[in-house]
Amino acid sequence: MTADLKDAGGNVIELDHVTLAVGGRDGLARNVLIDVSLAIRRGEFIGVLGPNGAGKTTLMRAILGLIAPRAGRIRVLSRPPRRGDAGIGYLPQVRTVQPDLRVRGLDFIASSVRGERWGVPLLSRADLMTIEKTLAAVGALDLSRRPLADMSGGERQRLLLAQALLGEPQLLLLDEPLISLDYHYQEAVVDLVRGFARERNITVLFSAHELNQLVGALDRVLYLGNGHAALGTVPEVVTAPVLSKLYGAPIDVVHAAGNIFVLSRGRDVERSDHLHDHGDGHDHGHEHGHHHDHRHA
Amino acid sequence: MAIITITAMLEYDFMRNAFAAAGVAAIVSGVVGYFLVLRGQTFAGHALGHIGFAGATGAVLIGLAPLWGLIGFTVAAGIGMGLMGERLSGRDVAIGVVLALALGFGLLFLHYYTAFASQATALLFGDVLAVDRGMIATLAGLGAVTLAALAAIMRPLIFASLQPELAEAKGVPVRFVSVAFLAIVALAVSESAQIVGVLLVFALMVGPPATAQRLASGLWSGIALSATIALLEAWLGIAMAYETDWPVSFCISLLSALGYFLSRLPRPTRPGMVAPEQGAR
Repeated sequence: MTADLKDAGGNVIELDHVTLAVGGRDGLARNVLIDVSLAIRRGEFIGVLGPNGAGKTTLMRAILGLIAPRAGRIRVLSRPPRRGDAGIGYLPQVRTVQPDLRVRGLDFIASSVRGERWGVPLLSRADLMTIEKTLAAVGALDLSRRPLADMSGGERQRLLLAQALLGEPQLLLLDEPLISLDYHYQEAVVDLVRGFARERNITVLFSAHELNQLVGALDRVLYLGNGHAALGTVPEVVTAPVLSKLYGAPIDVVHAAGNIFVLSRGRDVERSDHLHDHGDGHDHGHEHGHHHDHRHA
Repeated sequence: MAIITITAMLEYDFMRNAFAAAGVAAIVSGVVGYFLVLRGQTFAGHALGHIGFAGATGAVLIGLAPLWGLIGFTVAAGIGMGLMGERLSGRDVAIGVVLALALGFGLLFLHYYTAFASQATALLFGDVLAVDRGMIATLAGLGAVTLAALAAIMRPLIFASLQPELAEAKGVPVRFVSVAFLAIVALAVSESAQIVGVLLVFALMVGPPATAQRLASGLWSGIALSATIALLEAWLGIAMAYETDWPVSFCISLLSALGYFLSRLPRPTRPGMVAPEQGAR
């Protein structure tokens, strides 16, 4: 896996002996990734998996330049990570949306256009065209005039996706975009991202709870756990020995009915994770309440 | 008939002053209040009014104009609140205790300032009919500063209000924006308190924007509608007080509540107020 580091030209993300920690401020920092080296090539669709707290969000935050590694070196788009990089589209995992927000979709999306600059947010005709084009690309054009409060969870997710795609980034970081979506919407979102990214040769890091949600779309899988990371194709990584090391417990991998099940002592670890976290029924707008357990993970 | 009433009303200097002062404060409150409601921080507006009461009475006690005490205390409190946390929770017991304490201090200051008993009512419930020309100029200047400051931080403010996590990732100094905004709210509360008093700032700062957000889903149409509704409610309130001899602040708070609950009806009963952006559902 480290062999790819030589091929610097085609790499969008490079981690060189990187150690990442969470909770640094109160002196109780916990390393979530230890001495990880890997390289992700341009145009790859990477599924990011692993148990809660394995460092999926932390890794994305480090790539965004929001946290610095404790050790090692990260390069993103051939430069050190920097906050507000226009080359990166991002869909955060914690998405605080007020349930009664009456603002329409267009203004919601437009808020992110040069949103970090001072002054009055006036949009140019070109800005509006870009927004419209991106909304059309994800099939969400009808959402631009509707208030957020009237949208379903799936519709909001499409809006957020459009926003991450705005300005044609070279790298997309999607942190658990399938959370709070119905099963048929999950498939649609994966297909949508896959199609959009492939057309434009965009690199995608797509974190999810269940491998089977992504298995048809991904090029390689990045499994995190126990401080370690394993990057490779599904047959390389999703094996009993590799995953047992990542979970720190004996793991079985069972192929059945076209699906892959990752089992620990006969229990499906991914699915039980999922149910434990989000089993209490999401309706729109209340997402953030349900998973602060891995807000910093 | 109505025109005769209006001209009769405007014969009086104090009525003209009241309309001018209320107009300035209403527009500032309507615009700033729109963002307050957008951010779900209406409780902060309420809290700042209470804290301002202690500032205003304290200022009177040491011989300053109450407005400057109001501004000093609310701005300091606004900055303090911003530094304490990203989002104020309406259920926070600590804030409730601090509010009660602020009102208590206001009472204490009044207790020692025995010369002017009507000051308390004026501060708590407003006294727009006593506004003079000097105060109008002060309110206009203060209003201009408030709106200019709001314009300066508007873009990151909207971004951080709608999508705090993404705004942080994109490099918006979320904490600074939040602190600066609460300082701006403090200025608007000080303006609004001159008209409707510290206890009724909700009538101008929350009622009109909440109504506007029910009627218009566009950002700019929402802001414009909020300012317009605040202005109409303030002016109609003064006119109503003139006709009925009821207190002005009561009339304004009545209209504010009426507007809000009308906007919550399934179908808008005032078709003229519906912004074009409301569009297809």
